[in-house]
Amino acid sequence: MSMRTLPLLFLNLGGEMLYILDQRLRAQNIPGDKARKVMNDIISTMFNQKFMDELFKPQELYSKKALRTVYDRLAHASIMRLNQASMDKLYDLMTMAFKYQVLLCPRPKDVLLVTLNHLDAIKGLIQDSPTILHQVDKTFRQLTDIYGGLSAGEFQLIRQTLLIFFQDLHIRVSIFLKDKVQNSSGRFVLPVSGPVPWGTEVPGLIRTFNNKGKEVKRTEFKHGGSYVAAPKEGSLELYGDRVLKLGTNMYSVNRPVETHMSAASKNLASQTQESIVPNPLAKEELNLLARLIGGMEIQKPSGPEPGFRLNLFTTDEEEEQAALTRPEELSYKVINIQATQDQQTNQELVRIMGEFEITDQSRQSSSKGDDWLAMMDEL
Amino acid sequence: MVAADSERPNASGVSELLESRLSSAFRAPGIDRLSPRMFRRERSIPLRGSAAALCNNLSVLQLPARNLTHFGVVHGPSAQLLSAAPEGVPLAQRQLHAKEGAGVSPPLITQIHWCVLPFRVLLVLTSHRGIQMYESDGSVMVYWHALDAGDASLVQAAFARGIAASGHYVCVGTWSGQVLVFDIPTKGPNIVLSEELARHQTPISDIATEPAQGQDCVADTVTADDSGLLCVWRSGPKFKLLTQIPGFGVPCSSVQLWQGTIAAGYGNGQVRLYEASTGTVHVQIDAHARAICALDLAPEVGKLLSAAEDTFVHIWKLSRSPEDGYIEVEHCHGECVPDTQLCGARFCDPSGSSFAVTGYDVAEILRFSSI
Repeated sequence: MSMRTLPLLFLNLGGEMLYILDQRLRAQNIPGDKARKVMNDIISTMFNQKFMDELFKPQELYSKKALRTVYDRLAHASIMRLNQASMDKLYDLMTMAFKYQVLLCPRPKDVLLVTLNHLDAIKGLIQDSPTILHQVDKTFRQLTDIYGGLSAGEFQLIRQTLLIFFQDLHIRVSIFLKDKVQNSSGRFVLPVSGPVPWGTEVPGLIRTFNNKGKEVKRTEFKHGGSYVAAPKEGSLELYGDRVLKLGTNMYSVNRPVETHMSAASKNLASQTQESIVPNPLAKEELNLLARLIGGMEIQKPSGPEPGFRLNLFTTDEEEEQAALTRPEELSYKVINIQATQDQQTNQELVRIMGEFEITDQSRQSSSKGDDWLAMMDEL
Repeated sequence: MVAADSERPNASGVSELLESRLSSAFRAPGIDRLSPRMFRRERSIPLRGSAAALCNNLSVLQLPARNLTHFGVVHGPSAQLLSAAPEGVPLAQRQLHAKEGAGVSPPLITQIHWCVLPFRVLLVLTSHRGIQMYESDGSVMVYWHALDAGDASLVQAAFARGIAASGHYVCVGTWSGQVLVFDIPTKGPNIVLSEELARHQTPISDIATEPAQGQDCVADTVTADDSGLLCVWRSGPKFKLLTQIPGFGVPCSSVQLWQGTIAAGYGNGQVRLYEASTGTVHVQIDAHARAICALDLAPEVGKLLSAAEDTFVHIWKLSRSPEDGYIEVEHCHGECVPDTQLCGARFCDPSGSSFAVTGYDVAEILRFSSI
């Protein structure tokens, strides 16, 4: 489908990740300076210029599993650690949130406004760093330069590509269930009221014209929905009014991050298809992935700064339980490379893994639990 | 998978039954249109995989002689064919895949469509790799045409999309805007690429045809693209461009042709009806609140079906004004399929008394028939 989909997918999922991390850092009462370091480190890694240049090259989308490894790496770009269960939950929340936003986008083009909402909010999460703010603004310009000129047809293709990426993913998210925008089966509620998209008329009118193009008759019909006209078009300017609310931060202290792991997805035939069939293309995908991740410069820890572990669940027990009870079909363990055995097949990836290990050593003293090598084996 | 939706027919089954008994008891000629519900939800047909978010993502082949209906739906890298008896019981199923090629992921299918030619029926599948033509049951692939993306594939994804049969030709659209015309022999695999039509600048979205009435210079093929441009053709050994209808920056996702009338559905929810011979717009309907995903026509009665991402399906009756011969339209029926972003819709019989729809992420074909 569209070769221009990956930057939008990456930036929006990344934005959702930052919203969730920000909320969890507060909920877990992580000291201000540490929380600030984590957010700034992750944001500056995410918007690294070399990485962005690689991302914006026209290319196909990665599989869900491969993309997940990119976020694993990103989430661990600072002194914070997440174990497998928390990382799974983080990724579930990110993907369902962006799926919702893509599905409810009034026009396909509005997926760009959703992205700008994320970038606007990310700038608000940066603390005391004009350099990182500048990085985000640069990506903003890259984004509007490329996407501002695309046609409605190209955006339709991008949106279809995103929807196909999220197809068959029906994880229930409590914040959506509470807001009644998701039903108990994991499907999103599609409203039949509110403003129509910019450029669309409120349905209900039939106009008839004669041979000369003169309007000769107007009749009305009952559409069935209750829509109002679109207020105005969202702005693509740096400090513009996006009008659209999709993509803004929906979490706050009063609206904590929670997920229900859904067993509602009973139709497994289609979902498991991807994981049962061994993918002969996995290796090629890994090459591309290595090139992409290679652009992500992880800062080497400077000095003996103590790390900490972030939990996406309320308690450690809940987290352990989630790891044990996660439905098999939601497992991301698919592309299976033995990091230790397959070194020659992909030197670039091994080099990157090497960087992971350095990070790993630096925090051995500070944190228990998660095993980096095990995680890399799940790549 | 639509757990929430599938509960609905059970819960309201009794009232629907009552409704149908009442309406049949009081039915009188001409009353149908006045009744609040002209259509009733029938049993859904389960699919192995959910429908992908593509326009025109449902193809129906009616086989009245065998009392069977074939359905085809694209899931993503695969497409599902199934035949069903009138009660909606699936009898036979088949899974088709796009031919593999280089690339990171398996190629996605963009459309499947049955092409009814005067002497044979072919099933045509389009993907990001090329065009696959099968015998009508999908059992044997008789022809394969690989897309030559060239340098363009580095920045733009190549794909074929838009399938229709006109006479003994099958027309297939491509991402570059070209329409490939294949000459189909009475039988066998000797299919020949006979012509390439290059009047579109943006990807082809849909193609519509209708059997020509024998007169020369009568439009029998319409090609539509992502910019909304329509080209009107007379098919033949050399296709003749009759007229062009300019777009307005909005993709034309679906197009139909009926007795010289073009019905076009657009990304802004509008349906427009044009005179095919002149390209003049005669009717403009603000039909839907979101992009239209599919149009279909019931040729015997001139009924038009429109389905959109706003979860609504509408049925319209097309006619010609007795005074001046202009195209007219009347709204007949509207139906909401709750929480379903529709992606395909087809009538299931030539008189338009039943139709079926598919929705993004929904693993069933939803069927409706008139009460």
